[in-house]
Amino acid sequence: MTSLASGSHGLVERKNYDHMKRRDFLKAAALTGIASTIKLSGGMDIMAQKVAKPGRRSCDMVAIMGGEPAEMFRRAIIELGGMGKFVKKGQKVTVKPNIGWDKTPDLAANTNPALVAEIVRECLKAGAREVIVFDHTCDDWRKCYANSGIEAGAKAAGAKVVPGNEESYYREISLPKGVRLKQAKVHTAILDSDVWINVPILKNHGGPKMTIAMKNHMGIVWDRGYFHRNDLQQCIADICTLPKPAVLNVVDAYRVMKSNGPQGRSENDVVKAKAMFLSRDIIAVDTAATKFFNQIERMPLESVTHIAKGQALKLGTMNIDKLNIKRINL
Amino acid sequence: MKLKHFRIFLAIIAFSLLTLLFIDFANKSTDHLFRLAHIQFVPALLSGMFIVVAFWLILTLLFGRVYCSMICPLGIFQDIITWIRKRFRPKMKQSFSKEKKVLRFSVLIVVVGSYLAGITSILSLLDPYSAYGRIATHLFRPAYMAGNNVLAAAFNHFENYTFYHVDIYTLSFVSLLIALLTFLVIGALAALYGRTWCNTICPVGTVLGYVSKLSLFKVRFDEQSCISCGLCEKACKASCIDSHNKTVDYSRCVACYDCLTTCKRHSLSYKLPAKKQAVPEQENVDQSKRRFFGAMAVAAVAVPTTLMAKNLSLPSSKKTINKKEPLSPPGSISHKHLLETCTACHLCVSKCPSRILKPALLEYGAAGIMLPRMDFEHGFCNADCTMCSDVCPTDALVKLTKKEKNTLQMGRVVFIKTNCVVYNDETSCGACSEHCRTQAVSMVPYKGVLTIPSINPDICVGCGGCEYVCPATPKAIYVEGNPVHRKAKAFQDADATEAAPDSFGF
Repeated sequence: MTSLASGSHGLVERKNYDHMKRRDFLKAAALTGIASTIKLSGGMDIMAQKVAKPGRRSCDMVAIMGGEPAEMFRRAIIELGGMGKFVKKGQKVTVKPNIGWDKTPDLAANTNPALVAEIVRECLKAGAREVIVFDHTCDDWRKCYANSGIEAGAKAAGAKVVPGNEESYYREISLPKGVRLKQAKVHTAILDSDVWINVPILKNHGGPKMTIAMKNHMGIVWDRGYFHRNDLQQCIADICTLPKPAVLNVVDAYRVMKSNGPQGRSENDVVKAKAMFLSRDIIAVDTAATKFFNQIERMPLESVTHIAKGQALKLGTMNIDKLNIKRINL
Repeated sequence: MKLKHFRIFLAIIAFSLLTLLFIDFANKSTDHLFRLAHIQFVPALLSGMFIVVAFWLILTLLFGRVYCSMICPLGIFQDIITWIRKRFRPKMKQSFSKEKKVLRFSVLIVVVGSYLAGITSILSLLDPYSAYGRIATHLFRPAYMAGNNVLAAAFNHFENYTFYHVDIYTLSFVSLLIALLTFLVIGALAALYGRTWCNTICPVGTVLGYVSKLSLFKVRFDEQSCISCGLCEKACKASCIDSHNKTVDYSRCVACYDCLTTCKRHSLSYKLPAKKQAVPEQENVDQSKRRFFGAMAVAAVAVPTTLMAKNLSLPSSKKTINKKEPLSPPGSISHKHLLETCTACHLCVSKCPSRILKPALLEYGAAGIMLPRMDFEHGFCNADCTMCSDVCPTDALVKLTKKEKNTLQMGRVVFIKTNCVVYNDETSCGACSEHCRTQAVSMVPYKGVLTIPSINPDICVGCGGCEYVCPATPKAIYVEGNPVHRKAKAFQDADATEAAPDSFGF
């Protein structure tokens, strides 16, 4: 009953924003409703997937372009089976955007605030008990949180924004699968959450070449210097082996930083590409995003070596041609 | 309300707000409170805010040393100590003592003389506002932060993040020691002898003291009703009332009005002079004035310029990178300007949101001890931030717009390739370039897919991001200070890409 009510509420709300076909939407909404109902009755994730499949074969990745950030996310998450597939009722969810720099949204150094806010709203709509947003910033965290627009946007959407500036917020975990990084201090917002969602922005990077979903993990750890001293590319792959991987990676490519990344100097470094990539598979989503980026600035996939190192650690596949990718042009 | 209570009321407000300005690490109150530092006597004098100086002089000419009792944070600090002592040792009384005129004027001569000769450090050490600033910065602020951390631990335990943890560390051992010594010496003097410091050492006290000899409103005896009982003398924290002879040494009276409330016979009042008293006083004043100006003149001539700051730059104990020149804060114009105008109140040190301003040891030479310098161990200078020059009360750091600040070159980047991770380990890094907002440090192709830093010091602003974040030991990249600040060259913007891809590319 509850899910039915929330479903119809969603209908009214979405009709105004989306250009998707009404039939598609109704189907998806119904499936989302069913999925969450099953969860309510104690159904497991696998069962939810089983139910979702007959209606529309659940895809491995969604690549979407041509819309506004919130709009694209709303559409894409339906294609993935709805937020209820990733976030269960009563769960504590952490959303981890890139808030590394004291820059405004138009400079594309941080994840788009409208996207972060929309993800927070979807999590709460899916029944999350609490949604936390944080990042271990590079610039002064108070300025980053404020000037990125993420603190205000996330709070307005109902999230709790927590600091990441002090070592005491981090707890050491071991990474048995790591090659160079065997243990790391990870933020308690990640460790103490039920699930977390990784929301990077697509940028070039002087050192590891690209910063996407894998590199965004450097914002969940305390000691980044260790990474830089001990084979950065390998450490990036290693941290992604943490026991609690993100349930979903959402790559914000609405504005893409093509040059002088990851900080950028001016709007000339930014391309308004209006795209977004979503997948559970972090290697696949970084591969897809790099291939997309390569159309803007030359970036051979082989040069972004942390992606191949991640594949070697069995974190996912770079062979995205074999995946079921839903491509949407709004 | 009695005059005394009015004085206490104002003093508590001024003291609390100024202390808050120094200890408020979150900078929630700074925008409203920093002017409290600007109205202090010595800072106003040094920054050329003569309206403020004139205001205090006129106020002193009218009402006596109200500055000392209601505005000066070090004076109020002493009153608080004396008040506490009175709670514990109520029996301990003070009595009239003779003025230490020679000491007072010797100190004033040395302070003024050394300042005119180009040495600011003695003034810095004795200026009451700056001395209190250092006490607040190095003693009260860490205590306040520790309190915050206790609250943060408690609140965060219940997942409330109203308070957040802050890192407490010693900014400078020498400055901490000087602050601690000032605190102990002045605190002990205040506990034992009240306002002795203000009336023997403090240069502001001496100047305002002799000005206040001329003031209109004064504490005056009614010779008829006074029975020389001595209550006022015992209550006087400046030890300036001679109840036996029914006289007040006005050069030392700090206008606290304690005596007025103590006197049971209302024989003391705060009022304009009666006609007949004016004559002998006038003589007194003339004498002291003559002495005062005489002293100033002697000091200006006598203090040899050989005392001028000699560059005693010693290499710092950490010999990882050998900086030839320290980095002076934005707005300091040059090391010379900083040396001449800064009194080391450390307001910029406590206000810096990135916590990179630290008191110097011998980096600027012996005369520059305790002056602020930029240190990139815990952070780097934020773009758009002009906090230090906004709050500086002496104009040692002149005001900067954000634009001026962001194109100011405080230092220039230096790269030591042989220390670099990319060179030594042949693995990716790029941390320095990542933090460089002008791309004075950029990553260029190296072996295979590797990239290595390449520097362009002309467009460097000297923010220290690269030095702070460099993971190598010893550092492979650092910033060398500019003794005279310059304008950084403008960087070349990247070519804009208008066309976004119309397909996914996979």
